[in-house]
Amino acid sequence: MNPPKSATAKKVDIQAASAPRGESEELISGSEAISHAVKLADVDVITAYPIRPYDTVMQYVSQMIADGEFDCEYIVAESEHSQFEIVKHASAVGARVFCGSSGVGWLYAFEALAVTAGLRLPMVAMVGNRALDDPGAFGVEHNDALSVRDLGWMLAWVATAQEALDTALIAYRVAEDSRVFLPCAISCDGAFLTHSQSIVKVPSQQMVDNFLPPYDRGDKQLHPDNPITIAPQANEDWVMEIRRQSDMAARRAREVIIEAYDDFNGQFGRGGEPFIERYMMEDAEVALVGMGTLAMPVKVAVRKMREEGKKVGFVRVRWFRPFPSIELQEALSGVHAVGVIDRDYGFGSSFHSGVLANELRSALYPLATRPKVVSFIAGLGGREVSTDNVIDITNSVFAAANGGDIDDQDTYWIGVRE
Amino acid sequence: MQDINIQALGDYLETQVLEPWKGIKKVAHDEYFTSGHRTCQGCESALVMRLMIKAAGPRTIVLGATGCMYVANTTYYSTPWVVPWMHTQLGSSGSAATGTAAALTALMRKGKMAKEPINVIAFCGDGGGADMGLSAISAALQHTQYNLLIFLYDNESYANTDIQVSGLSPYGANSTFSPPGKVHRIMHKRWKKNTAAMLAAGHPDCKYVATVCAGNAVDTINKVRRALTIGGPTFIHSLDPCPKGWDYDPKYSHELGELAVETGIWPLYEVEEGKLKMYGKSKHIAKRRVERKPVREYLLRQGRFAHFTDEDIDYFQGKIDAMWDKWLLPGVIPFTGE
Repeated sequence: MNPPKSATAKKVDIQAASAPRGESEELISGSEAISHAVKLADVDVITAYPIRPYDTVMQYVSQMIADGEFDCEYIVAESEHSQFEIVKHASAVGARVFCGSSGVGWLYAFEALAVTAGLRLPMVAMVGNRALDDPGAFGVEHNDALSVRDLGWMLAWVATAQEALDTALIAYRVAEDSRVFLPCAISCDGAFLTHSQSIVKVPSQQMVDNFLPPYDRGDKQLHPDNPITIAPQANEDWVMEIRRQSDMAARRAREVIIEAYDDFNGQFGRGGEPFIERYMMEDAEVALVGMGTLAMPVKVAVRKMREEGKKVGFVRVRWFRPFPSIELQEALSGVHAVGVIDRDYGFGSSFHSGVLANELRSALYPLATRPKVVSFIAGLGGREVSTDNVIDITNSVFAAANGGDIDDQDTYWIGVRE
Repeated sequence: MQDINIQALGDYLETQVLEPWKGIKKVAHDEYFTSGHRTCQGCESALVMRLMIKAAGPRTIVLGATGCMYVANTTYYSTPWVVPWMHTQLGSSGSAATGTAAALTALMRKGKMAKEPINVIAFCGDGGGADMGLSAISAALQHTQYNLLIFLYDNESYANTDIQVSGLSPYGANSTFSPPGKVHRIMHKRWKKNTAAMLAAGHPDCKYVATVCAGNAVDTINKVRRALTIGGPTFIHSLDPCPKGWDYDPKYSHELGELAVETGIWPLYEVEEGKLKMYGKSKHIAKRRVERKPVREYLLRQGRFAHFTDEDIDYFQGKIDAMWDKWLLPGVIPFTGE
């Protein structure tokens, strides 16, 4: 494995590299940032269907097409199922595609999502994370995107609009690499990221063209010059071998992601460490772990507690699939206790924990000395996670580390009215 | 920046010009649906696949929705398809055709693929097409910028999964989900959806909708060729007698198809740019040159109606009479006399 490159070490390069190559700075939301990436990637076929909050990306995309800034086939489908099926088939013919959804819309497309992964088609999708109905809620929860976690989809969670744009470019490169050929979803927290603006460096076309080669489906392309039969009935004769190929592709994705981040860091002067972000982890005694825009209140809280001399750090999981077990083992093996903040739920799961907490427990189990893992559920349905919430959580994690009355075989709901 | 052709969105790609073949002797010998499938003896749908792709020719991409013509036709390592073929989900024939046509359009316009007219055909069964897939087919027929054909092969049940009723199963048919019992003789009380006419009437920009029956092989072939030539999204609905689902000796498949036409249960027609044209015996029936045969002759040849009483047969006959007099092509074309 290549050594992770730290974002701070590259800071000088950012200033030197970006200006001459025509990178522009714009005040845009996460959704608009992804729309820029889609245009820069010269996507061929896009399908839209309305559901909040992801649909803002399609508003930006459709305006760019209407204004003649971007050339692609753009189809407003009649359901999410059709939306994802249409781009699935376009991808099989060799078109670069983009699609997206949120909440129950993502689940309405579930059949299409399953076969897209099974077919090894490199669709890139945006998930504007949203609580699943019922009851209705527009706000963020991660259960929508997490529902495809075992099907062959690669899943990235981003924390800023800049990271959304950059990750979309990386996603195309990794998904379309013939060693991988798996779909990739970029998860953006609803409202907190999809609708929040910040300054984003938008790369030039040339920078993107240098980084992202054209999509080449090779001998899998569906075309009269290559009259193949795709997805016949395989049954017990061959299904297991085909599943194993998907498994090997998901394993290979790890190296391809590392390569892509190496190149991205070199060419763009940013991008950071693939898989996880470490924040004040150098001498940390306890660590918090989470995904997405949760990073903002957590980082503020960590800084506050550091000022008080409390040695706490934060690890943000950037890729949930492939799951960065090695990085998490390495980052967390030295701490006494870990607090996992899930913005999702796992009703009836081990210790009633969130999905990330149990995945992390599994990754840390082989360690000779394991930190205690304490599970927290917070911010469901788009509820704000405050720095005070994070400080309370951290105090519990310190208590767990010091043998206090904290049960690491239970799960704590934060800020909930009982 | 890339060179952008702003007019491109909504551009039409040319279609292949496939002239009709006048008579069976003019039909090409080339086959693109060959050995390797394992459909039942007497399967009319397999013949329909063969005619459909013979009509379309080699520069064609075929998408096949889940159903008999997927499961029984494309076993790994023994595909019968000479042309490129891809499976699509049960309700996705409309989306599969749309996505494939959209990709060809984008890639050819942007110079990423050599320009040529490539036929796109997506087929579906009655369950996949008229039940689950209706909304996607309807949407596909709105996308006038794409050349695609949706081909519905209708054997009037979910035949691949053990014969269960679909929205296109005829009234009263015995199926594994609608068996006649001691208390309820008729379990399936829904009348067959009027799919082709509904799609023709509801999608005024769709240039071509037709019905076919494989007993009329040349007519079937030429309607496929017409649909692909006229371009835009088009739809063909084929009634396919099914020995297993309808319960009759496999040698009578063609005969039952003929009877469906002669009794008026299955009129052969096309609607091209809003203009109705009747075909074959249906034309004679519509012009009152011949009388429709009683539906009794059709129903009693099939085990799936063996539980019918005279009362059931009369009800069925009354519905067929009303169909010809009142509602076959709703809101578009009166369907009597001329």
